[in-house]
Amino acid sequence: MADLSSDPRRWRDVDKLLARPGNIVGQDFEPSPTLREDIGEIARVLVVGAGGLGCELLKDLALSGFKNIDVIDMDTIEVSNLNRQFLFRLQDVGKSKAEVAAERVMKRVSGVNITPHFCRIEDKDLDFYNDFNIIVLGLDSIEARSYINSVACGFLEYDADDKPLLETIKPIVDGGTEGFKGHARVILPGRTPCFECNIWLFPPQVKFPLCTLAETPRTAAHCIEYAHLIKWGEVHHGKPFDPDDPEHMQWVYAEALKRAELFGITGVTYSLTQGVVKNIIPAIASTNAVISAACALETLKIVSGCSKTLSNYLTYNGMEGTHIKVTDFIRETDCLVCGPGTLIELDTSTTLLQFIRLLEEHPKLLLSKASVTYRGKNLYMQSPPILEEMTRSNLQFALLDLMDKVAKDTIHVSGMSGKNDKKTSCLRKLRVVFKGVADGITNMDTTDSS
Amino acid sequence: MTVAETKKTKYDRQLRIWGEQGQSALENANICLLNCGPTGSEALKNLVLGGIGSITVVDGSKVEIYDLGNNFLLDEDSLGQSKAKCVCSFLQELNDAVKAKFVEEAPEHLIEKNPSFFAEFTLVIATQLMETSLVKLDKICRQANVMLVVARSYGLTGMVRISMKEHTVIESKPDHFLDDLRLHHPWPELIEFAKTVDLSVTDPVIHKHTPYIVILINMADKWAKEHSGCLPSTRQEKKDFKDLIKAHMLSMDEENYKEALEASFKVSISRGISSELLQIINDTAVEVDSKSPDFWVLVAALKEFIENEGDGEPPLEGSIPDMTSSTESYITLQKIYQAKAESDCIKMEQRVKGILKRIGRDPDGISKAYVKSFCKNARKLSICRYRNIEDEFTSPCLPELQKCLNDEDYSFAVGFYILLRAVDRFAANYNRLPGIFDGGLNEEISRLKPIAVGILNELGLNGPTLSEDLITEMCRYGGAELHAVAAFVGGVASQEVIKLVTKQFVPLKGTFMFNGIDQKSQVLVL
Ligand SMILES: [Zn+2]
Repeated sequence: MADLSSDPRRWRDVDKLLARPGNIVGQDFEPSPTLREDIGEIARVLVVGAGGLGCELLKDLALSGFKNIDVIDMDTIEVSNLNRQFLFRLQDVGKSKAEVAAERVMKRVSGVNITPHFCRIEDKDLDFYNDFNIIVLGLDSIEARSYINSVACGFLEYDADDKPLLETIKPIVDGGTEGFKGHARVILPGRTPCFECNIWLFPPQVKFPLCTLAETPRTAAHCIEYAHLIKWGEVHHGKPFDPDDPEHMQWVYAEALKRAELFGITGVTYSLTQGVVKNIIPAIASTNAVISAACALETLKIVSGCSKTLSNYLTYNGMEGTHIKVTDFIRETDCLVCGPGTLIELDTSTTLLQFIRLLEEHPKLLLSKASVTYRGKNLYMQSPPILEEMTRSNLQFALLDLMDKVAKDTIHVSGMSGKNDKKTSCLRKLRVVFKGVADGITNMDTTDSS
Repeated sequence: MTVAETKKTKYDRQLRIWGEQGQSALENANICLLNCGPTGSEALKNLVLGGIGSITVVDGSKVEIYDLGNNFLLDEDSLGQSKAKCVCSFLQELNDAVKAKFVEEAPEHLIEKNPSFFAEFTLVIATQLMETSLVKLDKICRQANVMLVVARSYGLTGMVRISMKEHTVIESKPDHFLDDLRLHHPWPELIEFAKTVDLSVTDPVIHKHTPYIVILINMADKWAKEHSGCLPSTRQEKKDFKDLIKAHMLSMDEENYKEALEASFKVSISRGISSELLQIINDTAVEVDSKSPDFWVLVAALKEFIENEGDGEPPLEGSIPDMTSSTESYITLQKIYQAKAESDCIKMEQRVKGILKRIGRDPDGISKAYVKSFCKNARKLSICRYRNIEDEFTSPCLPELQKCLNDEDYSFAVGFYILLRAVDRFAANYNRLPGIFDGGLNEEISRLKPIAVGILNELGLNGPTLSEDLITEMCRYGGAELHAVAAFVGGVASQEVIKLVTKQFVPLKGTFMFNGIDQKSQVLVL
């Protein structure tokens, strides 16, 4: 049988959208019978996450004409994934999600090439991410979204007038679900709000005060968290609690039951124990399908221009009817992540070590364990050890010298941000200006202006 | 892991949403899918993953090469075979607990020749069906009391709608709903308990662990005494009431008092039921007879309850939210609310028995569990009624249609609604959808336009027009079923099926119009 993957009849339906002109399309849409093939050849898409959204995304993208797809996920398949992650079967439990998902989609859609990456998103270097034309997120964690967002925004460059350079924009399409609800959004760094611009859309989870758990428990969840957060440590000195170990979970459940009985509280079940301890978010196939489809469609529209683009945030709520709302959020112009960079003024004598210390105390940044890169050159790397050793000697030199005496430029730093209790990996773009050597411009007016 | 444990773990993430009861409703459902293109296949895929009981896939076509470009459930080995058979076998592979069957026959043919075929199903999902067949199917399903969900994908648009006489929901599970604390209308046992607590206690530990329910009941009592029996109602009074609460704080960081301030409006809620509930208890279906569904028997009982022992209020829900409190006070309060809820429920049961007797049914014919669930959700009942499709097509709600046509956000959605009907008429005239062939698109546009305008005129809409650009889009789509659009539309359809089958949450009340251009999809209630 002839190779069906390249038979144009197969793609009859997508081609109608890509080959025919229309009046409600993107600005740069150039309809052509070969547009789908061109996209297949040229566009490289990264799917982050191979779970509920990721499985759907890979299928949707493969059937939208994309041929070069990578997928990254550090997780392995669990039984509780099978009610929605349709690429996995019971016999796949324990295997890499990314690898199994890639294999299954390639088997069914010939001609598509999916490269799996069974690792953490932080394990990949920036060049890895820079190779993609667009990044699609199917994640359930705020931290992971924030990280990828900072990576993609890190590629963004601004011109002298603080206008984003279009060719450096790396679009992100992000989806998320919880039960019957979900969101899809398009992030064009520098043009539409990035994840950090609208971080308030994801309020942090409320935790129970420890004194409630210890002294005045009232609900089943209080008893469970007491067993999990207080009693476990008291009994198992130093042995860390592992939420994936059924014996640990059983122990917490039994302790929670005892405590509930003591206080006359009802409602502790094993299922609730798991839910509270692991912070389980309910998830169903239909919502994942809807949100992923919206994301895949936006990806196709951004890459091909075949229609207007979502501008820029869609919420879906299926709890009462089918309610969709699109909100056009606006950018934070001084966003630490997608803006032109935090302005930092330094003395010409500031050494790299002093600079790194300064980042820790900088109230906006609070960035510890910083690695510093200037124009692709590693000035100081915290890890791996070999790089650390190679770059350690730079610490004593003046930063101005390490930057080849350029008085004003952008520097990239990566490290951990946040306060003591919660630190997350992050990347930051900084605009460093050296006092007194500014090129003809007095530095007086930069002190207060931002 | 045993088989039962594996099943429980597999469905864990959805059991947390619809519970064992919802799950068993799904497992007892028998679903029929008409046409298994990507829209239908994706809808069914989501249901099969969730453990739907039985499925029957109906499609008369063979797999062709273009099916491989938009349907993941088909692969190269399927070419030339029955589409229904291939889709069915892939679905079976997804979940072996599901009983999967297929019928290799065109749905239009079944609708025409064998209407009794549909009677055995819980619900029919009709996809990619043209208007004439759809109208016939709607009549068949209504006659046989089978729920109908309609889904269609077309280029960058699509639609999902439900059709059935009536769908009643007890467990509507709204996202945000005011708790049922009755601070505006407390009952004697609650007042009595509140009075045993001294708000002026000087021990700071006891003071900051007094639950806000107790604080507010005592404060409201105090207020009423000073205001000739009235509760705060004007803006100024509500502010003064808050000041009264504040005056009792020992320090500004007492969480329980902060909660009391935040909830202080609850003492001022007017007595009685919401207008939505009033409409339900005044519905004509409340005049029950021996053929009335259990739901309406319960509503009849609810009406009696509200008018009698309820003193204008529905049965108490019986649960309280977590609040800053000592364990003891909280548990005591919990028990007081539970006891009242139970006693309300017993009174409702008696009324239900009385009504059943009166209409000539077994007085024990409705289970206690059903009555209990009804009482717990009495404030949140929801009723959806759907016009039959033919009626809507011949006489839609014109003011609504007019309003949508003139509304910028709705104009694409309603335009597509008209155009989806127009392409069916086009197909009836020309024996093909507009724009299925490359070339000659301008001619197609000039053929489709008068048809669309004709529909508007027939409906009596002579003023507003459809955007030319949208008509052009429709011809550009050429009947394409894009996978991403099909996955979206199919996904929405399966979501609605789940809500209908589990009888939980509130289903779609009109026609969901997918707008894939800027994603501003809308629901049209016509
Ligand atoms: Zn930003």
